[in-house]
Amino acid sequence: MKLNNIGKIVAGIVIFIVLATFFFWYGTGKSSSLPQPSLDTPAIAQMKEKRCVEDKAFMSINHMKLLHNWRDSAVREGNRNYTAKNGNVYKMSLSGTCLECHSNKEQFCDRCHTYVAAKPACFSCHSIPAEVKK
Amino acid sequence: MTPNRRDFLKIAGMSTLSLIAPAILRPAFAKEKLSIPGAKTNQTSSSQQLKGKRWAMAVDFAKCRRGCVDCIAACHEVHNVPQFGNPKDEIKWIWREKFAAIFPSESHPYLPESLQRQGIPVLCNHCANPPCVKVCPTKATFKRADGIVIMDYHRCIGCRFCMAACPYGARSMNYRDPRPFISKINPDFPTRTKGVVEKCNFCEERLVQGILPACVTACKEKALVFGDMEDPKAEIRLLLSKHFNLRRRAHLGTEPQIYYIV
Repeated sequence: MKLNNIGKIVAGIVIFIVLATFFFWYGTGKSSSLPQPSLDTPAIAQMKEKRCVEDKAFMSINHMKLLHNWRDSAVREGNRNYTAKNGNVYKMSLSGTCLECHSNKEQFCDRCHTYVAAKPACFSCHSIPAEVKK
Repeated sequence: MTPNRRDFLKIAGMSTLSLIAPAILRPAFAKEKLSIPGAKTNQTSSSQQLKGKRWAMAVDFAKCRRGCVDCIAACHEVHNVPQFGNPKDEIKWIWREKFAAIFPSESHPYLPESLQRQGIPVLCNHCANPPCVKVCPTKATFKRADGIVIMDYHRCIGCRFCMAACPYGARSMNYRDPRPFISKINPDFPTRTKGVVEKCNFCEERLVQGILPACVTACKEKALVFGDMEDPKAEIRLLLSKHFNLRRRAHLGTEPQIYYIV
């Protein structure tokens, strides 16, 4: 069998392969800077021991799971007090507890969320105290 | 070549095993299990919390002043209820309704005119047998142990079955983003979002803090009385035992818990 338009076919295949693998080779070798969530807020500056509800390693990996637990506990079971590992009791409240210290949502929450393209829907209902007071 | 019976059974057996294998092996490399450190001790409730076994409300509408909107204003302010300015999209937590609309079977043209013309405060009845809870496909609406019928807005998918099921029209849908229509956002209570149904929550968030519902504290005439029906000494029980009272459409079997003192 003889292919009359072998040139066009090969060109088409090459273009297809380039486009299909674009996302795998584009940007290799380049490194983008990691997000730097800022802890520079008045509430955190005043703290003697700079500690979140749980330790930093747990919070940075599992904050969303902790918040899910808070959500279910507060809404469905009506329990609004969270006893942390070290015995401190916190009120389960995103706007009240989390954002009280992390009052810089744009420099704290959003930096990582934008970097990993996570779009949590929390703030479509829960208000950001700093924005409301404006 | 056609396989013989023996080979066929072997192949069939191996295929079955290969299908079952992942389900059997899964526990070994199971989904990561995370325990939230404080999850087990969440039960600590504060001492100031108001506790009841069957929350209910009595509405003494003889005391209710005509044209007064104190309870409505207080509720809307606390709960970030939007004002769309369009009766079709109205979000209702507590609102006023004519006697004939609330008690259609008890109403007739020869009732006192003042009664017929007066707007009576109505809200979610926090039914003991709530139809909205039964129809909710995601269990976003549920009844708590203390009788409050409440919504988990996180779970609401906006199907509006509950709106169809509620015989009292106590549920409203956010057809638009409500935030621009809230005059002043209260940061202590979340707003809702587009595509979510909402309703009165009997000020559950205030009861935790030991405060009575916003509408009750706002009423200067003390026309709204909130209390625990299972407590024989409660003010609400005393009031209901002294005065004749009605419940809205009780014949439907929803066991409404808002009592209207006539």
